[in-house]
Amino acid sequence: MVAELRVSRESLNAPFLQRVEELSGQNVFACYQCGKCSAGCLFAEHMDLLPNQVLRLLQLGDEGVLAARAPWVCAACLACSVRCPKGVDVARVMEALRQLALRRGLSPVEVKLDRPVPQIALVGAMRKVTP
Amino acid sequence: MTNGSIQHSSPITHHPSRVLYFPGCALKDQARAYEEATLAALAALGYEVQELPRWNCCGTVYALAQDDLMRHVGPVRNLIRAQEQGAKELLTLCAMCYNTLSRSALFVQNPENLRRLNAFMDEEEDYRGEVRVLHLVQLLGEIGRGRLEKAAKEGLSGLRVGAYYGCTLLRPQEVAVDHPEQPKILEEALAALGAEPVVFPERVECCGAYLTVTKPEAVRLRVSSILLSAAQAGAELLVTACPLCHFNLTERRPLGAPKLPVVYLGEALAWALGVKSMPEAVAKAVGVRG
Repeated sequence: MVAELRVSRESLNAPFLQRVEELSGQNVFACYQCGKCSAGCLFAEHMDLLPNQVLRLLQLGDEGVLAARAPWVCAACLACSVRCPKGVDVARVMEALRQLALRRGLSPVEVKLDRPVPQIALVGAMRKVTP
Repeated sequence: MTNGSIQHSSPITHHPSRVLYFPGCALKDQARAYEEATLAALAALGYEVQELPRWNCCGTVYALAQDDLMRHVGPVRNLIRAQEQGAKELLTLCAMCYNTLSRSALFVQNPENLRRLNAFMDEEEDYRGEVRVLHLVQLLGEIGRGRLEKAAKEGLSGLRVGAYYGCTLLRPQEVAVDHPEQPKILEEALAALGAEPVVFPERVECCGAYLTVTKPEAVRLRVSSILLSAAQAGAELLVTACPLCHFNLTERRPLGAPKLPVVYLGEALAWALGVKSMPEAVAKAVGVRG
């Protein structure tokens, strides 16, 4: 993340943010930072940014979130999505960030199998970490 | 396709006890026991189960990106296969297949999405959007407590069973088989089969799913927590409908975690109906009487 955050009208209208909203179908400005998504997230302890922080940086138009590990830790279990009081499907926002990163050629997850796993696990994981 | 052109196959929908079944990869591989047990149990309940001809991968994981039309092709192709059979319903046993198929079925309820997908798959007959994707637990709900109780001669003899729902049967809400936070559909089925259902806090919480590929240490923590939650609530056995949950709960179980066995819903069903017997290892672990 950037150490210094500059918020301007331009950053709020950034094409990057519009693309996230378009890909996710979500209005990130609906989030009022209650933190319910992060409180219930079973994988938050492994994330560099909490789900609500991802939403906040997006609201500020910070493209730096594309470098965050959080979207790759997200298991798309949808607990946050069904619990958000503002109806923000946070898992879709995470997917939009993964897609944007992948489509820019960023693939931060190295896959090294420690043992054989079922096809559903492999296909699921590959769908997440490949464009 | 009109009815006239499928005279060679059985008219699936014309009898309530005929059901068209979508297996998916896991049911033909690591979850074979789930398929075998369920098919035997459904036969005992008077169902004629036909496997969907020419089925393909369900898609495994639902596409969350709005512009990702491509990933609906696989699931919708399966729905077209069901439509060709004249079926109004398609039964799934795997919770992940249930999720992707039912969400794609919902996606094409939007006429524009349906039009685009049909235009894309121009080698197929047009999908008409009429197939309902059904999960085994919903079918058991439709069979009803009375019929299940009557059929469960052996019963699960008061075994304390925890129903582990995981994610894909309950989320998102649009395809949930029951209330996404306080479900009881699995507990009701297990009670009808003679078990004593144990409600435990982590029954709807994710096991880590396919993080088992990229982050197995996160999965181990989850599995440990889920098993502890079930054991502390008094469960002797866990029942799941998801082959990936089953894998994680058994193969990603850390040393020192509670040792309760994890079995598929269809297996518990078959044991209760007396069409399969509980494997010795499970019987021993739960200390089954008789």
